[in-house]
Amino acid sequence: MRVFTIERFLKSFPINLVALILLGLPLCAWASGGEEEGEHKKFNPAELIMHHVGDAHEWHFATWGEGKEAVHITLPLPVILYTDHGFDVFMSSEFHHAKMVEHEHNGKKHHFQELKRGENTYLRSHEDKITLAGHGGTLYDFSITKNVASLFLSVTIMLLVFFSVAKGYKKNQGKAPSGIQSFFEPIILFVRDDIAKPSIGAKHEKYLPYLLTVFFFIWFNNLLGLFPGGANLTGNIAVTLSLAVMTFLITNLSGNRNYWGHIFSPPGVPAALLPIIVPIEIIGIFTKPFALTVRLFANITAGHIIILSLLSLIFIFQSAIVGVVSAAFSVALTFLELLVAILQAFIFTLLSAMYIGAAVEEHHHDHEEEHAHH
Amino acid sequence: MNLVTPELGLIFWQLVVFITVLFILSRYAWAPITTALKDREKSITEALSKAEEAKKEMLKLQSDNQKLLDDARLERDNMLKSAQKVANDMIEQAKAKAEVEYAKKLEDARRAIDTEKQAAVTEIKKQIAELSIDVARTLLKRELENPDKQVQLAADLIKDLKVN
Repeated sequence: MRVFTIERFLKSFPINLVALILLGLPLCAWASGGEEEGEHKKFNPAELIMHHVGDAHEWHFATWGEGKEAVHITLPLPVILYTDHGFDVFMSSEFHHAKMVEHEHNGKKHHFQELKRGENTYLRSHEDKITLAGHGGTLYDFSITKNVASLFLSVTIMLLVFFSVAKGYKKNQGKAPSGIQSFFEPIILFVRDDIAKPSIGAKHEKYLPYLLTVFFFIWFNNLLGLFPGGANLTGNIAVTLSLAVMTFLITNLSGNRNYWGHIFSPPGVPAALLPIIVPIEIIGIFTKPFALTVRLFANITAGHIIILSLLSLIFIFQSAIVGVVSAAFSVALTFLELLVAILQAFIFTLLSAMYIGAAVEEHHHDHEEEHAHH
Repeated sequence: MNLVTPELGLIFWQLVVFITVLFILSRYAWAPITTALKDREKSITEALSKAEEAKKEMLKLQSDNQKLLDDARLERDNMLKSAQKVANDMIEQAKAKAEVEYAKKLEDARRAIDTEKQAAVTEIKKQIAELSIDVARTLLKRELENPDKQVQLAADLIKDLKVN
């Protein structure tokens, strides 16, 4: 236990300080949920890991004690459900008083928390999925989950940071940058000069705001995800899918004649091959955002899973020696994750810029070639 | 919640929040930042080219200065030389004039001396003549005190006349 907390502390000491200020988390938020199960129940690493990388209707920071005496330190979050009877908004803490029920599904027993509200009866699964009891009826879950709360937090930080940076440019007009402005200026210039300009060319200015936003959004959220108790936002497939869809829309909505020409009548391809090439090109339009979605999701989630797996080893073996070794490995991996955080932001932004660049590129050269062939 | 199943709610919030933030940041952060960066780059480029120009101007000014200095030096040398010449000429002239004057004075002096000498000689001659006459008179008086001697004299004179 001792090794565990010290490790968590060392793991992200400098950012922990920031975390305290930014997140306003209580000190005990450092402790993880590993001890939740206690000795009576067998420690289940898969459950622990999934709990940490997945989404939840409440923000769980720590649990003290075991079994019935356990004290959970959680931040209850609003649950927003849309059903046939309209919107239903309540705090997730209401489930604390819910009755435990057992339902059989495919021959397996599942435990649910059952909550009656008005005409609806909700079932909350162990994986924190809310469904309607009984059969039929629509239910859309627009809850402010842990990830949505973290999303709000991250964009608040982003707005504060970049308003402050923008203010620096107003204050230091015609002068050297200072403070936070001088920290972010090289990064903004990097996105502009090494991502947007080489990939898109002359029209890069139109797409620069999107690229900057997506770059800093992914980077900030990757870093927030590394905080103990932080949400795994950029490791959530819904988030990465949404980001990829935005790149997809921007790419295809700004696609010029040349771009569509390359897809539906690729220059220099014999007519006999067109029935094969054209479907491949069309599939290619969709594989690009798919690759963006999966790459970011998998990289960030994998990083979290590896760190959590190493930490789980301590509870599996219940040994101080394993604790020391796996703590050391976790520290190293956390440093790696700090690198991956900016690397994945860079890769997502660079690929987005390249896709946009391919869509807006003017190819005079190919036309000449075409003429030469005929 | 399943790991690889995208949740509708999160997609909704992600799109809403991200697009809102994109618009806010574009307008209030990225626009002023990129404009300021571009302006600064422009002003740096301008400042550099201006510095280069100033450097060239400076070099030109320096060479101009050198030329002016050289000219001034030359002028000074010329002035010195001409002044020297004028001075020399003046000395020469003065010398020549002095010599001429001296010669003239000498000539005048010589002439004055000659005149005085002439006058003196004339005076001496006159006095000698007077003296001679006096002497002759005295002698003649004495000689001619007796008649013999007067005859003698007349004879001598006649004799002298004959010779002439």
